[in-house]
Amino acid sequence: MEFGFTTAAYVVAAILFILALGGLSGQESAKRAVWYGIVGMALAVFATLIGPGAGLWILSIILIGAGGVIGYQLATRVQMTQMPELVAAMHSLVGLAAVFVGYNAHIQLGYVADALADPSFDKSQFGTFAALIAKKTAVEINILRVELFLGVFIGAVTFTGSVIAYGKLAGRVNTAAEKLPGGHMLNAAAAIISVISLIWYFNTGGFFPLFLMTLLALFIGYHLIMGIGGADMPVVVSMLNSYSGWAAAAIGFSLGNDLLIVVGALVGSSGAILSYIMCKAMNRSFISVILGGFGGPAGEQMAVEGEQIAIEADGVAQALNEADSVIIIPGYGMAVAQAQGAVSELVKKLRAKGKNVRFAIHPVAGRLPGHMNVLLAEAKVPYDIVMEMDEINDDFPDTDVAIVIGSNDIVNPAAQDDPNSPIAGMPVLECWKAKQVFVSKRGQGTGYSGIENPLFFKENTRMFYGDAKASLDKLLPMID
Amino acid sequence: MGEDGVKIGTPKETFEGENRVAMTPESAQMLQKLGHDCVIEAGAGAKAGFADADYKAAGVEVVKTAAALWKAADTVAKVRVPDTAEMKRLREGQTLISFFSPVADEDKMKQAADKGATVIAMEMIPRISRAQKMDALSSMANIAGYRAVIEAGNNFGRFFTGQITAAGKVPPAKVLVVGAGVAGLAAIGTSTSLGAITYAFDVRPEVAEQVESMGAEFVYLDFEEEQQDGAATGGYASVSSPEFREAQLAKFRELAPEVDIVITTALIPNREAPELWTEDMVKAMKPGSVIVDLAAEKGGNCKLTVKDEKIVTDNGVTIIGYTDFPSRMATQASTLYATNIRHLMTDLTPEKDGVVNHNMEDDVIRGATIAHGKEVTFPPPPPKVAAIAAQKKKEPPKELTAEEKAAKEIAEFKQQTKNQVTLLAVGGALLLAVGLVAPASFMQHFIVFVLAVFVGFQVIWGVAHSLHTPLMAITNAISSIIILGALMQIGSGSFLVIILAALSVFMCGINIFGGFLVTRRMLAMFQKS
Repeated sequence: MEFGFTTAAYVVAAILFILALGGLSGQESAKRAVWYGIVGMALAVFATLIGPGAGLWILSIILIGAGGVIGYQLATRVQMTQMPELVAAMHSLVGLAAVFVGYNAHIQLGYVADALADPSFDKSQFGTFAALIAKKTAVEINILRVELFLGVFIGAVTFTGSVIAYGKLAGRVNTAAEKLPGGHMLNAAAAIISVISLIWYFNTGGFFPLFLMTLLALFIGYHLIMGIGGADMPVVVSMLNSYSGWAAAAIGFSLGNDLLIVVGALVGSSGAILSYIMCKAMNRSFISVILGGFGGPAGEQMAVEGEQIAIEADGVAQALNEADSVIIIPGYGMAVAQAQGAVSELVKKLRAKGKNVRFAIHPVAGRLPGHMNVLLAEAKVPYDIVMEMDEINDDFPDTDVAIVIGSNDIVNPAAQDDPNSPIAGMPVLECWKAKQVFVSKRGQGTGYSGIENPLFFKENTRMFYGDAKASLDKLLPMID
Repeated sequence: MGEDGVKIGTPKETFEGENRVAMTPESAQMLQKLGHDCVIEAGAGAKAGFADADYKAAGVEVVKTAAALWKAADTVAKVRVPDTAEMKRLREGQTLISFFSPVADEDKMKQAADKGATVIAMEMIPRISRAQKMDALSSMANIAGYRAVIEAGNNFGRFFTGQITAAGKVPPAKVLVVGAGVAGLAAIGTSTSLGAITYAFDVRPEVAEQVESMGAEFVYLDFEEEQQDGAATGGYASVSSPEFREAQLAKFRELAPEVDIVITTALIPNREAPELWTEDMVKAMKPGSVIVDLAAEKGGNCKLTVKDEKIVTDNGVTIIGYTDFPSRMATQASTLYATNIRHLMTDLTPEKDGVVNHNMEDDVIRGATIAHGKEVTFPPPPPKVAAIAAQKKKEPPKELTAEEKAAKEIAEFKQQTKNQVTLLAVGGALLLAVGLVAPASFMQHFIVFVLAVFVGFQVIWGVAHSLHTPLMAITNAISSIIILGALMQIGSGSFLVIILAALSVFMCGINIFGGFLVTRRMLAMFQKS
């Protein structure tokens, strides 16, 4: 009876999780969707706690509660601009948990094997999992080993990868793409040795191959993400998200737990699709992103002609006061400068004067998929004026003023004009078609990706140098 | 100022009746900021209202004679085309900036080139937005347009505005402005602000809007012809077809008896002015009417115009053919012209270090330079930047016919079907292959896995772009479902298992609460306007 209840609870939880993800198709339904997720999780944990095989449930509840307190602190204190770091850090926890659970499965596997070899052992003392193993045939045990091995492998890669991604996003690790000498060969070698370890483990079931593989996987995770530049972080984070899902699914297989499999697969496919969307938005193949950074340019890049013409706040204010339609293009620079509040204030003022103000969001703006949307939402910018690239790109020619705040590559006309540019073919926001473009930027540098941006040299572009927040604060009182 | 700075000099204009001067004390100060030294001939600014003392006060060196000035200056800025004596003084390496018609003064241009001097003709400044600040033709035309109305009023016996006074009713004057270029628009503005009923005509129908914005009425012709867009010829009018001309003259004949004042400004670059106001029109006008012909220098839009003179016809129509309108407002004209020159020098000394960098790659400088490095450099190559960008005709997006659309849709549908079927076939085959070797217990889970992946793919595509970050946060939270594994293990096995499982439970706890809370926090922020 108890087992039946657990299964039923799992089915309900799985459906709730699917509804939770599906509900994210719209802002309003999303608010309900989170509750589905929360109830689903509570149900799953509750069913497992009272279900067969679980012991020490007081300890479990205490630990969950303690984790919850920390999680609550983290979630309420984090700045919205630090969201990418937080997500990356949390992925690492899932990865590590997957590794631990995998190791436990391995230990129990050995324990059961010993127990079965000893005829005097009382089988009723097995926990659920052990009992499950005890019933398995040799083939099934082997499959279980592969699953467990995969779970640990993916979990370990996710763990170090996420830690590095966190470091890069938080600025604690150099954001440039760095590789140890040997580059991809090192990864390949580590992967090959891991495969050999798998075969070894498959045959012997010993601890050492598992341990060796774990070290190698940790190294792969580290080295893989170190080799990816900061600008590609949206892809990396969603890729790691995907990995953490696959790790859960693999562990689910080895534990014979369907809910783990279902949820792992959901998360895994979700992350994979997100990565795919991000890559498509950058016109890059997924493989080339995860193998590290940009490919070399195919030939001489076009020289940029002209000069960057600076403008002061009063000039921008005058243009804004005269404009009827304004499009704002935010980027990571806005997040860094914490300028979303000032941007929102500016939009409020302009909209109060009856101007048509909208935001154009490139799919890879920021360091996390949808990063800009979250920041703008935090600053109370209404979401119905926040447009996606495809919705707004055709409107630039009819726009009086386009303001670029801390974005660079996503507004780089070289992606369209220069076939030799490293970002050639990447869809970009065609803001230079607006009558006037203002670029709020810290200095004349080329920014994150190091690619020269001809936009800054265009005749209708004026550079509004300075920290985005300081610049906007200067601008705000001049808008009347 | 820098010792090796270029010296800019302005001589007294030698042309009789020319009152303007190419340098004002104000512009001299700005030029000095660019690192140039300034020198001026004594009395050069007197007629424009600038005394030598003013120049001295602005840091300009005043030299006594023209000869001394031409000797001292590396760059000479003046208004009129140099006369023969000045051409002799022009020397190798010297730069001359002045009005200089490369067509009318071809000999002088060649002479200057032979000498090795550089000549920048202010007439030749390209009409692009970047060069507007140096476009002396426009600034002079602006003055001419204004002054034309003033001169007309001076010779017109009535008010411009209509008035009803105790002494009787005064009808408003009717003014016709032919040619709505810079001068024409300035004339329209002045005329309407004086209160006259103003009509304007131009061969370029696209200026109708500008005319109307100035408060005048645009005179349309009953004529159907694809008219050339003025933008194609750098913003200037071009020659019109004979049929068009006839229609235009007919319209003018109709207007002639009505209008009191006619101001003609029609000029086509490097050509005789077109005849627009014929003798019979003049005869048809009321006595006391005034014609101001701003094209007098190029032969006049009216054949009766006498250059530089004011005549009165037999039927009492005054025709003014002055060519020196800007010079009649010398102070204003000099200020504007000197500013044009100053802007040109700014472009010529990009480093602001007093060193002239004659960049022949620059569209504006190249276009205006007619002699450089011992060669005649006229005519310039077409500018790299299109003169006026706004009028670019767009290629209309190809309209697909209904059949083409349908065919395209069918093709797309077929392609999609093909892709899906292929995927399904490959996936199915793989599944079957796994099923053949794997044991039943594994397959049971595997089916669940495959279905879940499938559901995931279906569901995630529908997630809004803007919610990708919340999606990551929530998937992160639910990926802590791995806590179930840890919970199942925590109760059984050795001490090590308990430790590892406990750690996992703890970490997943952080993740569950953190993930869901952050998601909720983010979603709560999204709001509609």
